[in-house]
Amino acid sequence: MNEQRYQTIEQQISPKPPVAMNMLKAFLVGGVICAIGQAISYFYIIFFDFTEQTAGNPTVATIIFIAMLLTGFGLYRKLGQFAGAGSAVPVSGFGNAVISAAIESRTEGFVLGVGSNMFKLAGSVILFGVVSAFFVALIKLILVTIGVVSW
Amino acid sequence: MIYSFIFAFIVGGLICVIGQLLMDVGKLTPGHTLSILVVVGAVLDGFGLYEYLIDFAGAGATVPITSFGNSLTHGALAEAEKHGWIGVLTGMFEVTSSGISAAIVFGFIGALLFKPKGTID
Repeated sequence: MNEQRYQTIEQQISPKPPVAMNMLKAFLVGGVICAIGQAISYFYIIFFDFTEQTAGNPTVATIIFIAMLLTGFGLYRKLGQFAGAGSAVPVSGFGNAVISAAIESRTEGFVLGVGSNMFKLAGSVILFGVVSAFFVALIKLILVTIGVVSW
Repeated sequence: MIYSFIFAFIVGGLICVIGQLLMDVGKLTPGHTLSILVVVGAVLDGFGLYEYLIDFAGAGATVPITSFGNSLTHGALAEAEKHGWIGVLTGMFEVTSSGISAAIVFGFIGALLFKPKGTID
């Protein structure tokens, strides 16, 4: 059996992901997490000195704190099995990736385990975020310097 | 006020649907999907478009991981405007710091408080 034939057979046999159902689940769970985030940012706008623009920062920190509790009690994994991208795409998914890696590697010690494995899963997000932001800002700076666009 | 919840729900949900499509139809791993979304957020802010999305959707735009790329670019651009070349590097984490520092601090506290489960259920 050659490689191509193997791949066509593999595609026929492997179950198709229920795309529409997965999309619906991701939409509902992701939407609910963002609506909770909206409630948290209203909390910071009303009770603390934040504006609509700046309330995003404490909101993100609060959501990551909630993600720590859910991850620690093993609930976030169950949510992830149900919601797929609905729980992975919000920052709680980023928090879950960092925190679960930290908890899992605790047996290897805090310096060699937790310290070095914390960003094992989430590191790629930080890497590509920083690198792309660097080049975007650099390109915009060059374009402004030669007078193509303005800030 | 009730509309802001509805807009946050719809926009945040749609960003998650895009992620789900990249995973199911594009056959990407979650790591690749999240990396792509972060890059998209960073590029959108380069065109100055992500601000409009935040004004419109509030937490629907700040909670998904795309906002991480947006805030990185945003900090870098704000400092670059003031200090030129060097600002691109010095300003990058100015806005994003809360997400990363929260993840590090709560990751450490989580590792102190919780024992690994290590069970498959």
